[in-house]
Amino acid sequence: MRKSWWKILCVLLLLYTFIGGFLMDVPRLPALSETIRNLYFHVCMWFCMMILFSVSVVYAIRYLRSNKLTDDIYSRHFAVVGIVFGVLGYATGSIWMSYTWADPNNTSFQSFGAVAREPKLIGAAIALLIYFAYMVLRDSISDIDKRARITAVYNIFAYALLFPTIWIIPRILPSLHPGGENGNPALDTKDIDSRMRLVFYPAVIGWTLLGVWITSLKIRLSLLKEKRLLQ
Amino acid sequence: MRKIKYLAALIISLLVTLINYAQDDKVEMADTMRSNGRIYVVVAVVVLILVGLFLYLLRLDKKITNLEKNSS
Repeated sequence: MRKSWWKILCVLLLLYTFIGGFLMDVPRLPALSETIRNLYFHVCMWFCMMILFSVSVVYAIRYLRSNKLTDDIYSRHFAVVGIVFGVLGYATGSIWMSYTWADPNNTSFQSFGAVAREPKLIGAAIALLIYFAYMVLRDSISDIDKRARITAVYNIFAYALLFPTIWIIPRILPSLHPGGENGNPALDTKDIDSRMRLVFYPAVIGWTLLGVWITSLKIRLSLLKEKRLLQ
Repeated sequence: MRKIKYLAALIISLLVTLINYAQDDKVEMADTMRSNGRIYVVVAVVVLILVGLFLYLLRLDKKITNLEKNSS
C-alpha cells in the first residue's frame, strides 16, 4: 500500500455516495421521480471517463516529448479504464432512458426510433468507438516504439474528437437528454438543487479516485511485466 | 494480508448476526431495517457489495506491492 490516503478517501467518498445517494432527500420531479438518484452513478461514470481520458492524453504528449516507454504504459492504461467507465456510463444510461424517455403511447419500436436519433447517444457512441479503435490500433502494431509513437498521436486525435462529439454537438441539437439548452450538455442544472450537489460532487471525486486506483494497479502490474524491456 | 482476511470474515459474520437479530425481533416491528419502504435493506446490500469490491481491490493492491518488493 503506497501513498494510501487517497485510497481511503475514495472508499469513504463512495460509501457516502451510496448511503447518502439512497437515503438523502431529492427534488420530486415528474417522470424522473426516484430515478434522479441515478445522477450520482450514471453521470459520474462520464465525468470519470472524461478525466481519465484527459490524463491519458497528457501522458501521450509526455511520451512524444520524452520517448520514455513508461509514459506510453501510463497513457494506455488510463485510456483502457476510461473506456470501461464510458461503457458503464452508456449501459446505465440505456437502462435509465428506457424507463424515463419511452413514450407510453407509442409502441416500443417507435419510441426506439425516437431514441436512436438522439444526438447525444450517437455522439457518445462515436466517441467510444474512436477509443475502441485506439485499442485495436495498439494491438495491431508489433514494434514497441512504433506502436507507442503512432498510438500517442492517435490518442491526441481521439481526445480532440471527444469535444465535438460529446461537448459541442449535444449543445446545438435538440435532445430528450436533460441539459443542452442551458449550456451544460450532461445535466440540467435546474433539475438538481443544493441537496443533490452535496452528494453529487463527492460522488464525482470518489468515482474518479476509484478509476485512478484501478488504473494504478494495472500500470504497476504492466511495469512489472515490462521491466526487462524498460531497462 | 491474513489480518485483513480475518477482519473481513469478522465484519461479514457480524453483519449476518445483525440481520438475524432483526428477523428474531418480532415484538418491535418498527425496526430501522423494516421502516420507510425498507430502503435501508437496499442500502445494506449495496454497501456490502461495495465493501466486498473494495476488499478485493485492496487485496490486489497488496499482492502487486509484494510482487514489486520481490522483483526489485
